[in-house]
Amino acid sequence: MTQAVVHPHAKVKRATKSSWVGLAVIVVLLLVAPAVPYLVDKGTQGSLVTLFSLIVMATMWNLLAGYGGMLSVGQQAYIGIGAYALVYIADTVGIDPFMAVPIAVVIAGLISFPISFLAFRLTGGYFAIGTWVIAVVVMEIVQQVPALGGGIGVTFNGFSDLTPGRRIAYVYWLSLVGVALAVAVTYWIMRSRLGLGFTAIRDDATAAASLGVRVTRSKRFVFVVAAMGCGLAGAMIAANTLRVQPDSIFSVNYAVFMIFIVVIGGIGTIEGPIVGAVVFFALQQWLSDLGAWYLVILGLLAIVITLFLPRGLWGLLSGNGRIRLFPVGYRLVPPVAILDVTHEPAPATSEG
Amino acid sequence: MQWLNAIIQGVLLGGLYALLAAGLSLMFGVMRIVNLAHGALAMLAAYIGLVIVQGTGVSPFLAMVAVVPIMAGVGYLLQWGVFNRALRVGGLAPLLAAFGLAVVLTQLLQLKFTSDSQSLQTGSLSIASIQISDDISIGVLPLITFGVGVVVIAALQVFISKAPLGRAMRAASDDPETVPLMGIDNRQVYALSTAIALGTVGLAGMFLAVRGNFDPNYGQAMLIFAFEAVIIGGLGSLWGTLAGGMVLGVAQALGSQVNPSYGVLVGNLVFLAILAFRPSGLLPKAVTA
Amino acid sequence: MTLLQVSGLDVHYGDFQALYSMDLTVAEGETLAVIGANGAGKSTLLKAIAGLVAPSAGEISFDGTSVTTLAAHKRVPLGIALTPEGRRIFKSLTVEENLLVGAHAKRKGPWNLARVYEAFPLVADRKDRVGTNLSGGEQQAAAIGRALMSNPRLLLLDEVSLGLAPVVIEQIYAALPAITSQGTTVLVVEQDVNQSMKVADRVQCMLEGRTVLEGAPADLTRDQIASAYFGI
Repeated sequence: MTQAVVHPHAKVKRATKSSWVGLAVIVVLLLVAPAVPYLVDKGTQGSLVTLFSLIVMATMWNLLAGYGGMLSVGQQAYIGIGAYALVYIADTVGIDPFMAVPIAVVIAGLISFPISFLAFRLTGGYFAIGTWVIAVVVMEIVQQVPALGGGIGVTFNGFSDLTPGRRIAYVYWLSLVGVALAVAVTYWIMRSRLGLGFTAIRDDATAAASLGVRVTRSKRFVFVVAAMGCGLAGAMIAANTLRVQPDSIFSVNYAVFMIFIVVIGGIGTIEGPIVGAVVFFALQQWLSDLGAWYLVILGLLAIVITLFLPRGLWGLLSGNGRIRLFPVGYRLVPPVAILDVTHEPAPATSEG
Repeated sequence: MQWLNAIIQGVLLGGLYALLAAGLSLMFGVMRIVNLAHGALAMLAAYIGLVIVQGTGVSPFLAMVAVVPIMAGVGYLLQWGVFNRALRVGGLAPLLAAFGLAVVLTQLLQLKFTSDSQSLQTGSLSIASIQISDDISIGVLPLITFGVGVVVIAALQVFISKAPLGRAMRAASDDPETVPLMGIDNRQVYALSTAIALGTVGLAGMFLAVRGNFDPNYGQAMLIFAFEAVIIGGLGSLWGTLAGGMVLGVAQALGSQVNPSYGVLVGNLVFLAILAFRPSGLLPKAVTA
Repeated sequence: MTLLQVSGLDVHYGDFQALYSMDLTVAEGETLAVIGANGAGKSTLLKAIAGLVAPSAGEISFDGTSVTTLAAHKRVPLGIALTPEGRRIFKSLTVEENLLVGAHAKRKGPWNLARVYEAFPLVADRKDRVGTNLSGGEQQAAAIGRALMSNPRLLLLDEVSLGLAPVVIEQIYAALPAITSQGTTVLVVEQDVNQSMKVADRVQCMLEGRTVLEGAPADLTRDQIASAYFGI
């Protein structure tokens, strides 16, 4: 520990064998996924859009909490903003819905910027409830605006000239691009200098600050990115359901979903939220006959995983970080001479 | 004069918020746990009260005699079963566990009691009031609630500063690693702290239930108010929490006076304004809890 | 009679090993000083005896019964008290409250508030001050007083003199006879060799997690100690 002797033949590597497998899986997915509208019915496509929106939300929440240490219970604010912005820009302003989506995403980001100054006054659990209050306030304000339908909400008409079959296919493709972007951006952030800084902040904020990591600025950047991602998820939901109501689009249930997904899947990894979203979605379908019981079961699962399996299902599947589809960390590869052939080399630095 | 009436009603409402927030402050003060299940637990208390009242026909006030120790017991078990373990895991674990608990509890209450509104009747007391002038009348029930809030906060303050257990709680808050060297089991101190906190939640839940209609989700909204009271008053100060509760109550009452649908919004905006301009709260760290 | 027996103790912090098969014996009523350079494992030894760190191998027995796996808070009622490195006075509590917390285990014995104030006039003068407003010496005296309030049979003192002015060190060590005269066994860890030689019945010198020298102060030469201390 005390002596940093780097063996002349040792190398630092990011990618591992498993991340090449990951790349292969991604390539296959990218080839198959776009063809889905030709293969399955409208209902299944709608369900997949829901799954994609869950992956986007969870990935964003993981970026906030798992990397940035910010446990937000108020991301539904940006889901709502994204949804309302899409409907307003497409229906009232009259911009093409597919162009309106990126604009809605930017609006969510712009609104989150000043909000971050308020929210960052609080830390830890108080940050959690503070973001929740802010989400409630955003909803209450929206409910007072007649142009946004007040308390009743609005119907999305931007696709009314498309047949239902075409509409759902377009929305599916849109969501596919959205989910790929969200994961790619998160991956990019975590591989950048910023990502390294985050790992440092999460491990020890004071030490990171003293080493020149701009803690608040980095956190604010991630806060805005996460808001944009949730805005995207909101736009996806609005395009999928064609109806936006303040009570449901700003529902704290979205916060519940993203938190449970990330906790169950594995916090602080890129794969965790994806695994969690798939498990969550499957459980939701499977347990749908049980009504509210599914949230009870998910909640208990989340508590048990928090207490006994802090790395989540992905941690379990990947043998505590040995396998990774997305190489974000660094690992030291010892030179062949001292390589212990029976064991995988231990990661020198892991992303947790 | 209507405005004065609104202010008085707001102050009284603040007592209820402070009563609810006291347990939140206590758990944060001792363990740095922000108990996101606080509101759901208040609803658990309300429904336990409902079952007792419906089952035995006793008055809600008598039912509190049972609800408070039951909730204290729930708190003790919860700390040993969930939070002590979560504290050992560290990081976000206590918050995540509390959040999971909030969702599970709320859903279970919904499954058992549906999401229909319930209420606890206090008979003639619910409409009794003291007429001060034509415009101003003070409800007896809100007055009792306010009084209980003040008494609970004063009692907690005395307990924490004078009682041996209160002393141990402050020591555990200062330096949990050194406390075992005094022959004190942190986990036991934490369990007793949570028991006391949930005892106050029991009281708060019952007063929420006698005040008006409640449903399983009502606790979440109330948790937000309690939290706002804590922040407005300043973290770590029980008297500050009372002051914060009153500020919030008055803001809501005045907002409602303008337009009945503005009450909650105005309260929230006042909270955000305090956060923006006076983030340490009104009475920061006057006394550590 | 042996009060404390440590045998074959290994302690690891992750991959780092702090103690290597450490042996140590303290007789009832004895004052033993463990000396050694920074990082020799002295504080780790005391923490293991008090129960703050779990050994990976070995045995700790107190008054004939094994306490190796006993939780720290359960060792205090048996009569083990540690004054930790850095004093660790509870900052928001007054000095008197700190002492009262120390008496939490309610062990019977000679020590109470009045006796502590008598032994440490420094503490008596500051009894209503909160922990944050104390000097280093006052904190150290209060921390020893706090440990005494549990009426220990074995008092573990970690780095008493660290960071204190010589005159303050003198004042604090002046109270030691009052403690040992009650029959209390003392195990003191020090970097200050001269101070330990003055107060100890026996000295044990540690280097890199192992004992390298032990004996009565009178039997040890300066050269022996110097070479043991620095490992030369």
